[in-house]
Amino acid sequence: MKRSNAPIFWSLFGAGGMLSALIGPALVFITGIAVPLGFLLPRDHMNYPRMLAFAQNWAGKGFIFVVIALFLWHGTHRIFHSLHDLGIHTGVVAKLVCYGGALALTLIAAASLISLGF
Amino acid sequence: MSNRRPYVRPMDGWWWRSDPFFVRYMIREATSVIVVAYAVVLLWGAVRLAQGEAAYNGWLEALRSPLSVAFHALVLAVFLYHTWSWFSIMPKTMPLILASGRRLSPAVVTGTGVAVSAILCVVLFLLVLAMKP
Repeated sequence: MKRSNAPIFWSLFGAGGMLSALIGPALVFITGIAVPLGFLLPRDHMNYPRMLAFAQNWAGKGFIFVVIALFLWHGTHRIFHSLHDLGIHTGVVAKLVCYGGALALTLIAAASLISLGF
Repeated sequence: MSNRRPYVRPMDGWWWRSDPFFVRYMIREATSVIVVAYAVVLLWGAVRLAQGEAAYNGWLEALRSPLSVAFHALVLAVFLYHTWSWFSIMPKTMPLILASGRRLSPAVVTGTGVAVSAILCVVLFLLVLAMKP
């Protein structure tokens, strides 16, 4: 019997869902509200030198990559399975768009982060 | 070419509206669109960071626009709902845990998850607050 590839996608979905449930609200508040408005955090908290140093540190680089990649794989997996509930009959094309899109964006994130150096 | 013409039952995409349970289900599934959108915002920041200071400052400037702040307020609300819904379905998605021979109560699982999330969010915020250049 051919082994199913579902557990791989489901694991990425689960890991991304867990990570976004645990720290997602804080991340959104910091990057989208607190820093842009200078509310509770200084407005220059995410300025270029600081973010460059953070993204060049291996731990910072890994954190940014894991957040972006897992959020993408979580969301696209859920969207793919929700298409069925909307009466859209999914096939190979929908699967390619959802998982292929997540893969392409993950690779772009990896390339950008690697190009920043260590 | 195959001559098969399988019958596909017509389906109304709004079937879930008449039952609050299914409405909650669809809202929970719809959070995924916002999670992807937020990941793309962060990805865009990483790409701009790699392109240099001017490009990155453009991204920071865009984050300060009222439209972006309003969007992130919506994203925050959706993420809070995601946190709650993720842990409220967790009793069904996780392996069975027995405590003194009895199944762990779903309320304990959900409550623990939400509490851990709240603690981690505060810790993350304090870590970021304490970060010195």
